[in-house]
Amino acid sequence: MLTIATGNKAVAAAAREARPGVVAAYPITPQTEIVEQLATYVTEGSLDAEYIPVESEHSAMAACIGASVAGARTFTATSSHGLLYMHEMLFWAAGARTPVVMANVNRALGPGWNTWAEHTDALAQRDTGWLQVFVGSVQEAYDATLMAFRISEDERVLLPVMVNLDGFTLSHITQSLETVEVGDFIPPYSLPHAIDVSRPRGYGTLTPPEAYYRFRWDIERSMRASREVIRETEQEFARRFGRVYGPTEDYRCDDADVLVVALGTLGKEAEVAVDLLRDEGVKAGSMRLRWLRPFPALDLAGRDVVVIDRDYSFGFGGVIAHSIRSTTRTEPFSVIAGLGGQEVTYDDIARFVRQREAGAESWFGVSD
Amino acid sequence: MFEIRIHSRGGQGGVTAAKLVAQASFHDGKFATAFPFYGAERRGAPVVSFVRISDGPIKVYSQVHAPDMVIVLDASVMDATDVLAGLKDGGPVVINAAEPPEIPGHPVHAVDLTGIALAQNLVVAGSPILNTPVLGALARLGLVSMESAIAAISETFADPRNIEAAKSAYAEVNE
Repeated sequence: MLTIATGNKAVAAAAREARPGVVAAYPITPQTEIVEQLATYVTEGSLDAEYIPVESEHSAMAACIGASVAGARTFTATSSHGLLYMHEMLFWAAGARTPVVMANVNRALGPGWNTWAEHTDALAQRDTGWLQVFVGSVQEAYDATLMAFRISEDERVLLPVMVNLDGFTLSHITQSLETVEVGDFIPPYSLPHAIDVSRPRGYGTLTPPEAYYRFRWDIERSMRASREVIRETEQEFARRFGRVYGPTEDYRCDDADVLVVALGTLGKEAEVAVDLLRDEGVKAGSMRLRWLRPFPALDLAGRDVVVIDRDYSFGFGGVIAHSIRSTTRTEPFSVIAGLGGQEVTYDDIARFVRQREAGAESWFGVSD
Repeated sequence: MFEIRIHSRGGQGGVTAAKLVAQASFHDGKFATAFPFYGAERRGAPVVSFVRISDGPIKVYSQVHAPDMVIVLDASVMDATDVLAGLKDGGPVVINAAEPPEIPGHPVHAVDLTGIALAQNLVVAGSPILNTPVLGALARLGLVSMESAIAAISETFADPRNIEAAKSAYAEVNE
């Protein structure tokens, strides 16, 4: 059905479509609308789930892990400080191989207190064993949430998935949205290692070094296998529902001399900058990075690369710029922009491309 | 692409006004986005929200810096905010006022939204509802069709007085 919705409402609608058995959540701006909407669905009876209004985000993730180990499909949503408060439990969710699906509405971290968009919250979780996808529209927030359940519950994966959408810029924007009847695209699921009283086993017990090491390797093996599961899932989604997704969204990249790489809404805005630059005769393209974990294999050989990081690792640099540098052997021009919701327009992005300097780092509005 | 900036005060429904315009445009078969700029969200503080309407998908997420139209739901924000900032030459100003103020270089469309809301007794938490009547004024100015405006309002609010208020504004706004 074609309708219009905010990013938050789209995520809630997709989560309902997946029929989770347990939703455990704690509100935080700018995510609150997601869990409010899910609570409304449960109250009005359109979602038959146990809604657990926990006392913190740490507890929200702990409840999802527990419910998941008991065999339930689980969903939660958070943002910023809430995500950081979950940090310990994020490792636990991945280590316990619980396919929890979570929406994270990307927001800056205080102090100074700031509720606007930034990606540092999610990027600070990159080593937790979660799959992470970043979306660029309300429609994509919906579609990616649906696909997240299928990917995470695939027995080749059995790892949690985080769907990231920009705070306010996506969470609170109203756009058109086509909802789908998901049918068996998300099949019924049963966790192979679910608690079963007839087959007693130990969970979370002391794990000696050799076994622990093997469990870590199993996570990485599944993370590698998830690339194929993601590809299959996105292909099946396209076949059923007509919308095409991949590890990146490439716009006018084929003959491009210079590529803009960015996450989320900045990656969409970059497409408008590309059109401007093309009108000037600059052969630019936009490669919006969708999947952060597993990190995609990108072929950027022979092109200039401009990476926009809406994040920063102090004493090191932009996380995406360094990820691109280390995986593609290119020397990108690293632009740090949009932190704490800093306004960045397509004109600004076009200027980053015109002023690119391989290997340099520029803080937009400060050092340029 | 047609870009609109809406000025109001927190609690007056400017954010919902933007959503309603987008929703009506959607019913007109257009692509539309609506989004607020949330600052320190205090009741009574000046707030802005934005609408983009296009024949194709909209990829721009940054704020509207050069609007084609400005809507002022509370004329008192003009003391604190330059509502004309970046407004394109000749771009219309739709303003909640009984009499159109003189704004050189811009057509001004005035309508007494507050009076219309009070006449319908459309008041929530002490604030007259301005976002449903303004849809009627915008329909009269051709931004959206009246049919789509009514559809957007009735999908958002159950109270039929909202539609009556929109019809009053449609009749009263100066073209």
